[in-house]
Amino acid sequence: MSAFRTVELAGWGRYPRRPGPVAHPRSVDEIATLLQGGGIIARGNGRAYGDSAMGAAATLDLRRLDRMLAFDAQSGQLVAEAGVLLGDVIAAFLPQGWFPQVTPGTKFVTLGGAIAADVHGKNHHRDGSFGAFVDWIDVMNADGKVVRASREEQADLFAWTVGGMGLTGVILRAAIRLRPVESAWIAQQTIPAPSLRHAMDAFEAADDALYSVAWVDCLAKGPALGRSLVITGDHARAADLPTQYQSKPFETPRKRRLSLPFDAPAAALNGLSVRAFNALYWKRGQRAPRHRLIDWDSYFYPLDAILGWNRIYGRRGFLQFQCALPLETSETGLAALLSETAKAGQGSFLAVLKRFGAQESRFSFPMAGYTLALDFPANARTFALLDRLDAITLDHGGRFYLAKDARLAASSLHRADPRAETFRNMRREAGLDRAFASAQSERLIL
Amino acid sequence: MKDTVLVLGGRSDIGLAVAHRFAAAGHPMALALRNAEDLEAARADIALRHDIQASLHEFDALDTGALRGFVESFDPVPGVVVSAVGAMGDQAESECDPTAAALVMRSNYEAPSQALELFAGRMEAQGHGTLVGISSVAGDRGRASNYVYGSAKAGFTAYLSGLRNRLSQTGVHVVTVKPGFVATRMTEGMDLPAALTATPDEVAEAVFRAVERHRCVVYVKPIWWAVMRVICSIPEPIFRKTRIGA
Ligand SMILES: Cc1cc2nc3c(=O)[nH]c(=O)nc-3n(C[C@H](O)[C@H](O)[C@H](O)COP(=O)(O)OP(=O)(O)OC[C@H]3O[C@@H](n4cnc5c(N)ncnc54)[C@H](O)[C@@H]3O)c2cc1C
Ligand SMILES: NC(=O)c1ccc[n+]([C@@H]2O[C@H](COP(=O)([O-])OP(=O)(O)OC[C@H]3O[C@@H](n4cnc5c(N)ncnc54)[C@H](OP(=O)(O)O)[C@@H]3O)[C@@H](O)[C@H]2O)c1
Repeated sequence: MSAFRTVELAGWGRYPRRPGPVAHPRSVDEIATLLQGGGIIARGNGRAYGDSAMGAAATLDLRRLDRMLAFDAQSGQLVAEAGVLLGDVIAAFLPQGWFPQVTPGTKFVTLGGAIAADVHGKNHHRDGSFGAFVDWIDVMNADGKVVRASREEQADLFAWTVGGMGLTGVILRAAIRLRPVESAWIAQQTIPAPSLRHAMDAFEAADDALYSVAWVDCLAKGPALGRSLVITGDHARAADLPTQYQSKPFETPRKRRLSLPFDAPAAALNGLSVRAFNALYWKRGQRAPRHRLIDWDSYFYPLDAILGWNRIYGRRGFLQFQCALPLETSETGLAALLSETAKAGQGSFLAVLKRFGAQESRFSFPMAGYTLALDFPANARTFALLDRLDAITLDHGGRFYLAKDARLAASSLHRADPRAETFRNMRREAGLDRAFASAQSERLIL
Repeated sequence: MKDTVLVLGGRSDIGLAVAHRFAAAGHPMALALRNAEDLEAARADIALRHDIQASLHEFDALDTGALRGFVESFDPVPGVVVSAVGAMGDQAESECDPTAAALVMRSNYEAPSQALELFAGRMEAQGHGTLVGISSVAGDRGRASNYVYGSAKAGFTAYLSGLRNRLSQTGVHVVTVKPGFVATRMTEGMDLPAALTATPDEVAEAVFRAVERHRCVVYVKPIWWAVMRVICSIPEPIFRKTRIGA
């Protein structure tokens, strides 16, 4: 029987950090027992940036529930336990011609985490979020009972749990749909966009591409504000591969892995180095071939090649900011967010812009419009800047992504998103608020 | 088609890791254990991840009378048989309760030795095969804190050595694996020194390599070989007074 032991806990941004009791249950029965104290949150692979997967009282690490249970090669439906990593799904099924329908920018997430945050990928404008491809989930409720929920049975539980950030119960198993693909390669196109307007035009023009995302040089100012490389992609068909790969379309060259085992001194990441990096990326991107074939791992998960890259920000950690803005206010809102960031000169290695398609959901993040993600070292200037970015988001009718958040004020969340209040009331009425709570849900009054 | 690999004690963390390692290399897997049906999820997982066949077999190594029938139920005989069967027991309890001590002694020595012996006979008849026994560094020297377990592992280690020598001209190979500390269900909650503690995957890799390279005795982290050389070289009167002896 796995028991709680106190360890230091943090999300991927390593801010905030604090010790807390964690257990690593091996079975459903153990989870039922461990839930009894209340104030519990499930944790997947800890890739949410802030405090979503840190329990208010205690945390259940579900990575031991990591078995794939069944696969139907007709429908592409995979049944698996919640702790299975998306990367393991790819390793097992890409050689047979299947790929996740939706993937975030790292393959080191669990299925439970992907469902609880209802993650989005570069194909949101076409396909919606991860939840759209979940056929059913088994959820353990506050009493330790296991309930199967889908769009047909227990539909409310299903709808609240997809995107519910672990606050409606513990996801134990899920049936998800995979996408048939002909190769392990992506046909990529890079479109340099010298300004925000150009970038948005490029997105609208690329609506047909399955995948699209833009990397924004968030230090560019004035007329160059929002200059970006818009990168689109589609799964390459076997026939489109160079002849030497056509006979083995699912094989890609092995890569070297870099890892960053030690904390980089915070000074390594000052405004100057970020500026140099951004400028260089932009220059290179402009010169890069417009069309090329790229292997799935480099296309979807460039950061995964550097294990432990989150340490580049040093011991104090870093913060992500990600908001979504409705289509009508996107251009002015994005311009305001980017100028505020550029003005602060704080730098962000990764500024990612993405077009969202329409999505109706109880508490998930995506909505029709644009989403912008930025990251910053954790320091006093960043906190002040993030408050200003929150205000801009609120002024433009936007909302915040809880999987990235570590410090949002409850008032901002509730102003931005009236669904938060409904979610909280639902939790109260169902008696879920005592059983399931994270540091984040307490901070945000959920 | 590659040889089937059978793991005795298939529920153990080490046994499962071994199963994944061989399955990843394309071997069909058979897992033998008590209450085999409980392991269906893990069986399906091994089969799906590695795109191989995997089966479950009911097996209680202490059910001596049923061992022959169990061994004969495999046709053909698996190419590799790995025993992960073992039980740590509770030293203090073993000291005052002979029945508890007997269970530890039998689970670590008698039962796995007898099962492997019967497989050895069948492998000998066909002229090839590999047997792997997961013993322990605890069998290299008796210590105050776990000598009931340790002595049983010592017996198992000696048995494997004798079996290997008996089979040396037959095409059947015997590997003795001596892990030090491993982070598994067996050691959960214990404070193990991180530098000396292996993961089940590391044990599995050591088993896989030892089988491929026909090694006889392998320690799991190289440092354990050195540690055990030192521990075994301390004269008993001195060892008795040391902290390691305790
Ligand atoms: C490099 C990088 C890139 C990313 N890119 C994207 C992206 O493109 N799109 C996107 O949407 N997100 C992205 N993310 C965020 C990430 O996809 C989400 O935070 C995801 O939830 C992490 O999954 P996890 O298994 O690590 O879960 P954790 O971080 O451990 O937990 C996240 C949330 O899920 C809940 N949870 C986890 N498992 C369960 C369970 N079994 N039952 C109930 N609740 C559970 C937790 O309580 C918590 O609220 C990225 C993160 C990183 C580090
Ligand atoms: N963990 C360590 O630090 C360590 C160090 C050195 C050596 N080892 C050895 O490694 C092997 C695997 O152990 P582990 O660490 O993975 O721990 P484990 O999970 O406790 O494994 C022991 C396994 O032996 C099985 N078993 C015991 N008696 C049995 C019987 N009569 N019939 C069938 N199966 C029986 C148990 O089955 P049930 O699940 O049915 O009880 C259990 O699965 C053991 O031999 C152990 O002594 C472990």
